[in-house]
Amino acid sequence: MFLKNNKNNSLFNNINNLDYIEGRSLFDDARRRFLLNKAAMISLLLLTLIVLFSFIGPFFSQWTNEEIDWNALGNIATLGKPSISTGHFFGTDELGRDLYSRVLQGSQISLMVGFVGALIAVVVGTIYGTIAGYFGGKVDSIMMRIVDVLMSIPYMFVLIILMVIFERSVILLFIGIGLISWLDMARIVRGQTLSLKNKEFIEASIAIGVKNYIIIVKHIVPNLLGIVAVYATLLIPGMIITESFISFLGLGVQEPLTSWGALISEGARTMQYGTLWQLLFPLSFFIVSLFCFYFIGDGLRDALDPKDR
Amino acid sequence: MIYFIIRRLAVSIPTLLILIILSFILMYSAPGGPFTSERPLPPQVLANIQAKYGLDDPLWKQIWDYTYGIIFNFDFGPSFRYKDRSVNDIIAQGFPVTLTYGTWSFIVAVFFGCSLGIIAAIRQNSWLDYFAVGVSIGAQVLPNFVLAPILVLVFTLLLGWLPGGGWNGGQWQCIVMPVIALSTSYMASIARLMRSSMLEVLNSNFIRTAKAKGLPVKLIIFRHALKPSLLPVISYLGPAFVGMITGSVVIDLYFSTGGIGLHFVNGALNRDYSTIMGITILVGILTITFNLIVDILYAWIDPKIRY
Repeated sequence: MFLKNNKNNSLFNNINNLDYIEGRSLFDDARRRFLLNKAAMISLLLLTLIVLFSFIGPFFSQWTNEEIDWNALGNIATLGKPSISTGHFFGTDELGRDLYSRVLQGSQISLMVGFVGALIAVVVGTIYGTIAGYFGGKVDSIMMRIVDVLMSIPYMFVLIILMVIFERSVILLFIGIGLISWLDMARIVRGQTLSLKNKEFIEASIAIGVKNYIIIVKHIVPNLLGIVAVYATLLIPGMIITESFISFLGLGVQEPLTSWGALISEGARTMQYGTLWQLLFPLSFFIVSLFCFYFIGDGLRDALDPKDR
Repeated sequence: MIYFIIRRLAVSIPTLLILIILSFILMYSAPGGPFTSERPLPPQVLANIQAKYGLDDPLWKQIWDYTYGIIFNFDFGPSFRYKDRSVNDIIAQGFPVTLTYGTWSFIVAVFFGCSLGIIAAIRQNSWLDYFAVGVSIGAQVLPNFVLAPILVLVFTLLLGWLPGGGWNGGQWQCIVMPVIALSTSYMASIARLMRSSMLEVLNSNFIRTAKAKGLPVKLIIFRHALKPSLLPVISYLGPAFVGMITGSVVIDLYFSTGGIGLHFVNGALNRDYSTIMGITILVGILTITFNLIVDILYAWIDPKIRY
């Protein structure tokens, strides 16, 4: 009896003293895997630097993006070269405006379009997709037919028509790009919701009488976050490319505002005059940022995809 | 199968109508008509011009006339900017050019994309594989409007091999750079798709059986593995086609090839509404038709799909 009691006690002590082992959640695992991914981490660092630079950099410039350097004008190929002494760190553009501040200002617009477009896609696409997937049946087939119809419209052309008919502005650009971006997201989210809604925990919630919208907000949306995050990161470069495409055609943001696409187009137009820096500076910002976004997106996908463990 | 085609058509036709009506209403609601100029026209002249183009009819009649003209006569109406040309003339002039380099780009993208993907999958983890993956990542961040200036920089300014633009009635030197610029990113996407689906097929049981029977590798790849692994590529052809048509706008602008893209941008800059609408609708018709063909092809090849 005594012995047994003793044994019980020691067992009790053992259990008591056992260190609490923390459970590893999906997101802990994902974070660990993401931190181990060198390409993604370097890209994240680089991208953070680019974003910070595009917002802090203008304070170090001696010229604004509108000022014309009359000294350099007329002889851009020699006097407008990138140099520290004139204050044009990246040189000037063909009108004698400081390229450094223009590139940074263009980066702000391009990055903003990317983030805003992705944000609209996430919000609208998630709401639309979960509703279609969760309610299913007729609602689902009507909602998805609408997406099919919208998808087969040549959007780039409609967007350009919009920009032509109404005044060109950054707001309209945001709206227009937002209009296209949510379609794919809605499809992906719907597919995920369809597979989620037959899981036991949803069934249990329905059985105890939880309201539909609470089930969607509390149980379905949090489970979608991983895949939504991955696609959102992969969407941002797509949005930036769309915006740059329109700006390249000269139909995007209006002067004196600029963006990567507009700067690349200007640089491409003038490169035979020996002013290569006008192409290379915006181009390298564009390419490096896009690379970063793709690597981060790939890293996130590898980190969050349970199949690749 | 017939039922499936009919059902797909039943979706396509309303889509087209929506596109036509939507763009017409957009144009109608534009602030300032196509004939607003800096020097205001006398009211009688304006009324006459509007009567000539039918702009004084009620909205529903204008929409009806426009839609009827497109569907039954393939007539996109007159250009509002150039009095002696109709939108049809503009399209007839530009479309053959776009079609020529578009078709070449499509062939190049599909052929080289598929070959690169297959080779990368067969020689997985060799230098060829890494090369293919590297190329496809690189091409992703080089959209056509970035690639085009780089190509001109290298081939025209540095090497001097190819002319920097122009069409010259379709001389091959003028086609090379547009085709490279237009096809590269799609080639990369196709290569990636092909590689991953080929890898998946090569790891499946029926390929193992084929290997166990001692079939030569060539036969395994081309007779057994190719067809099932082509499916994802086929479903990508629709978006790729749309992308190429859209991309042609940049090509026309940059290489001065004179396709419909050029007229589209000029129309957009000159507020020539009827031209940009006509081209948009033409592209819409092409897109919808092409997606229909791809869907039918997909259903025909994939034995798992039964409609």
